Amino acid sequence: MMRLCAVLLTLLVAGGCSESSTSSESHSSQRPTLYYFTWSDYVDAAVVAEFEATRGVRVVVDTFSSNEELLAKVQTGMTGYDVVVPSDFMAGIMGRLGLLAELDLEKIPHVQDLESHLQQLAFDPTHRFAIPYLWGTAGIGYNADVVTEPPTSWEALWDPQFSGRISMLNDEREVFGLALQTLGYSLNSVDPQAIQEAKQKLMAQKPLIKAYTSEQFDQLLVAGEVVLAHAWGGPIARAMREHPSIRYALPQEGGMIWTDCLAVLASSRQQELAMDFINYLLDEEVALLTSQRLLFASANRHVRDRLPADIRNNIAVYPPNEMLPRMEWLEDVQEAIRYYDRAWTELKVQ
Amino acid sequence: MLINRLATSSAFPVKLSLVSASLFLGLFFFLPLVLVFGVSLASRGMYGGITWIATWENYQRVLDPLVGVIFFRSLLFAGLTTVVCAVVAFPLAYCLARASRPWQLILLTLVMIPFWTNFLVRTYAWVLILRADGILNTLLIRLGFLEEPLPLLFTDVSVFVGLVYGYLPFMVLPLVVAIERISPQLEDAAFDLYASMGAMFRHVLLPLSTPGFLAGGVLVFIPSLGAFITPYLLGGGQKMMLGTLIQQEFLVARDWPFGSALSFGLMGTVLLLWFLLGRTSVGKDPS
Repeated sequence: MMRLCAVLLTLLVAGGCSESSTSSESHSSQRPTLYYFTWSDYVDAAVVAEFEATRGVRVVVDTFSSNEELLAKVQTGMTGYDVVVPSDFMAGIMGRLGLLAELDLEKIPHVQDLESHLQQLAFDPTHRFAIPYLWGTAGIGYNADVVTEPPTSWEALWDPQFSGRISMLNDEREVFGLALQTLGYSLNSVDPQAIQEAKQKLMAQKPLIKAYTSEQFDQLLVAGEVVLAHAWGGPIARAMREHPSIRYALPQEGGMIWTDCLAVLASSRQQELAMDFINYLLDEEVALLTSQRLLFASANRHVRDRLPADIRNNIAVYPPNEMLPRMEWLEDVQEAIRYYDRAWTELKVQ
Repeated sequence: MLINRLATSSAFPVKLSLVSASLFLGLFFFLPLVLVFGVSLASRGMYGGITWIATWENYQRVLDPLVGVIFFRSLLFAGLTTVVCAVVAFPLAYCLARASRPWQLILLTLVMIPFWTNFLVRTYAWVLILRADGILNTLLIRLGFLEEPLPLLFTDVSVFVGLVYGYLPFMVLPLVVAIERISPQLEDAAFDLYASMGAMFRHVLLPLSTPGFLAGGVLVFIPSLGAFITPYLLGGGQKMMLGTLIQQEFLVARDWPFGSALSFGLMGTVLLLWFLLGRTSVGKDPS
């Protein structure tokens, strides 16, 4: 009995250790293999399968759930990934750190098809390292059955009427950016005083918050657990299909616009294939299918008109053009990130 | 001493196994530990990464009152989890230990089966049970105990439930072993001497199961002290715990040196507690 229990305990401990391990496939294969490291809700199997079939290659997909996680993993060195999908500001950081390969735009002709507002972005105006792929906004997802007055400002997330039924993204830059915007600062403020004020504002909000989550807010809205959610557009657009009274609103303060970019790691040994893959993902037909499946706006400007009206006109997918000039991009705040880290920890300790 | 004598006097295989065991431990336990310690004395680069400038700053930051609050909360949660696990596990372990052989196997397997499922999946299952339109609230409302759903998910209680559930078998198994060793005749003897059920439990079962409680306590306390998936998924990311803080330092803030220093702080705390526990139980031994 004693021995049996010991064996079972060992099994338990071993099981506990493997809880976060991800499967990695062996590199040995006849066909060339492309390692694609992307966001957890960005993969459409059909799109990947078609690339594999037409090019006679194998694509191994691995996923991450935040820009910081992507950087942390790539910084460790030998990751073996070829194509990665950092967001705007992170593409800038990774480019500066020398982690990204210079792109050969001759091999990526679809770079000509980008939406006009994505053609020249501050973090990489000439697409040396990165090309926008999917883009969208952060705003407020809400349940119109309960929240009868459509929110027009971030301040709606401070409404005591919905205490305990509000969720915020679990992302320090997004949450602090939102608070900074309501206080009239830039969401990229590097002023410690402004960050402190934003922290005070968020502390006052904390008793109303059900959860800080970047992965579950759409399910929480559908389940009725929360009625107001600081949210990214794509998951809200998907939640609308499950629950017709879910809506999306962009705040008058401007809100946040983002684009996730395709890039090749400098350490990649499949540069040619990687750039071919990027060009393939930006192809009009492929991009159209991607946007229809994932409900994120494509960076390819020709896709918009070919999408069904209910997707094209959904502000959770495509924000209205007149809003674009007011929206802010997240930028690298360099050393000031320490103030954010500290304030975020303080917020979470309360 | 004993090991020395064994190594010099007896057969070759003993020596070999000692060498291989120390090699294994050195390579896969001690060396990584030294590496982490090295990192904990380095500085954070501008974008994460490690700059090899030696500093004590990371350990000074561990002593920050802010971190102290997180340490204290994690210790409290881990301690409570351990106590509740012990209380819940004892009756179960007792039945298991006193069951007939075939039943014992069946029951032990039943304890184990859920734990062959991925831990993440089991934690998510609790989200489905505890949320407003979840199984528990729906059941309670249907049965007429509640009018409105109770806010169960993303509270301290849900984190606590998740921790107890997650680590319960770590307490059950050592207790089964300990209780099995207690002869049922001792229980009979106690009753023959007119001990009540309670007195028998207090004076016979409880003291003799101490090794089981100690082993189980360590196995439950240490992982719940560093747990991060449970507080993250069931706590709604609202209250930071040690595990979540360390995870944040490594993956979000990318401050590996501080994360390493925190890990050493955690290890130090566990060792200190272990030392204190050792002293108190040695002190009690003669009685």
